[in-house]
Amino acid sequence: MTYLADVRALARKDLLLELRARDTLPAMLLFVVATFVVFHFSLPSHSSQLAASGLLWVAIVFTALLGLGRAFVPEREQRVLDGLVLAPCDRSAIWLAKAIATFAFLAAAEIVALPVFALFFHGLDGATVAAVVLADVGICAVGTFLGAMAVATRARDLLLPLLFLPLAIPIIVGGVGASVVGSPGRYLAFLALYDLLFGVLCWASFDYVVAE
Amino acid sequence: MEPVTRSHRVSLPVLAVASLVLVTLALALVFFVVPNDANQGFSQRIFYFHVSIAFTAYACFAGGAWKALLHLWKRDPRADLESYVAIHQGVIFGVLVLITGSIWAKISWGHWWLWSEDQLVLFLVLFLFYAAYFMLRFSVDPGPQRANFSAVYALFGVVLIPVSFLAIRIAKSFIHPVVFTLHGPNFGGWILVTYCVAQAALLVLAYTLYRIELAGKLIDVRLRELRFA
Repeated sequence: MTYLADVRALARKDLLLELRARDTLPAMLLFVVATFVVFHFSLPSHSSQLAASGLLWVAIVFTALLGLGRAFVPEREQRVLDGLVLAPCDRSAIWLAKAIATFAFLAAAEIVALPVFALFFHGLDGATVAAVVLADVGICAVGTFLGAMAVATRARDLLLPLLFLPLAIPIIVGGVGASVVGSPGRYLAFLALYDLLFGVLCWASFDYVVAE
Repeated sequence: MEPVTRSHRVSLPVLAVASLVLVTLALALVFFVVPNDANQGFSQRIFYFHVSIAFTAYACFAGGAWKALLHLWKRDPRADLESYVAIHQGVIFGVLVLITGSIWAKISWGHWWLWSEDQLVLFLVLFLFYAAYFMLRFSVDPGPQRANFSAVYALFGVVLIPVSFLAIRIAKSFIHPVVFTLHGPNFGGWILVTYCVAQAALLVLAYTLYRIELAGKLIDVRLRELRFA
């Protein structure tokens, strides 16, 4: 059970840091609402509701990217990562804790963003909300992993979207499918499959990203 | 970690001659032997190269991922460079898939790009993914960390291929419900022989190019070592 205790301690550190410094979450909130306003003006007046549903997913992925880009910045600036790697805990716990913290930020942003979307565009059904939750799991699992790589490179913030977007395309397909199709079962199942596959892959290979 | 030369069973000149002979034979079969397709006529002959190139690209990506796994698992000092070279060849063949696919789409359906064509869309996603692989690799200094990052990202690639394929398949039901059938059920005789020869030709060609690039890269590494020795 020490593994879970490690994860909890690390995730708690990130949440506390955010509660005190408020670096990421207000930025994500402001960004997602601003994106909706941009979308309103980029959709011609007689566009279908389906177009707005598709844009919701663009907003979610870009908002997540904003949060993911910041995820490992505290570790880099204070060289915390070196300490964490030396600590006698399983290194995948670092990834899991960071993914949980990022998930919490993204979910918090969406708790505001989804009602705002419903207010600006059209109401959302249960399938869309379920798809958003499943997609968040995949986005945070893969995004945190890639964020840890990107932060160690010379290109840093520039690299994360390039690494992440090709891997996010299946998430977009599953999410948009679940929000626009009558029977969303297979799209939700696809999102769950994505979460499972990439979750296991990230969990198993994170050691190689932080250790030399 | 310094890459060490691996002793190969087949020498480079033999490979070069074999690919020349096979590619010439494949071209001869494609242009002079195989009959015209009943529906698409002469232009369908691009199929033999388009599909073989696509399969070869997959083989390169799979080979690159296998070498990446060897790097992470067995700490094989040669595996990092080999993985990179295999993926580089895969990207070159992947671009050729996009080009030949576009030409075929233009001639058959009148458009240079079709979102309803699974293989094309998949290769576009893979092209973006592996282009990011190079961005990642060249923004980390050479060393164990670069090798690890490259290897892990290459492994993501082989998981992404089937997942994206599935995604593109299920996306069709809300983006493009039209499904094209590429060729009829009669896939035998000269058609099968020609396809197999073209496939063999491209696989041997890809392996030859891989070996040439690898040899060049190893000479480069050796030169660098001598300069700093």
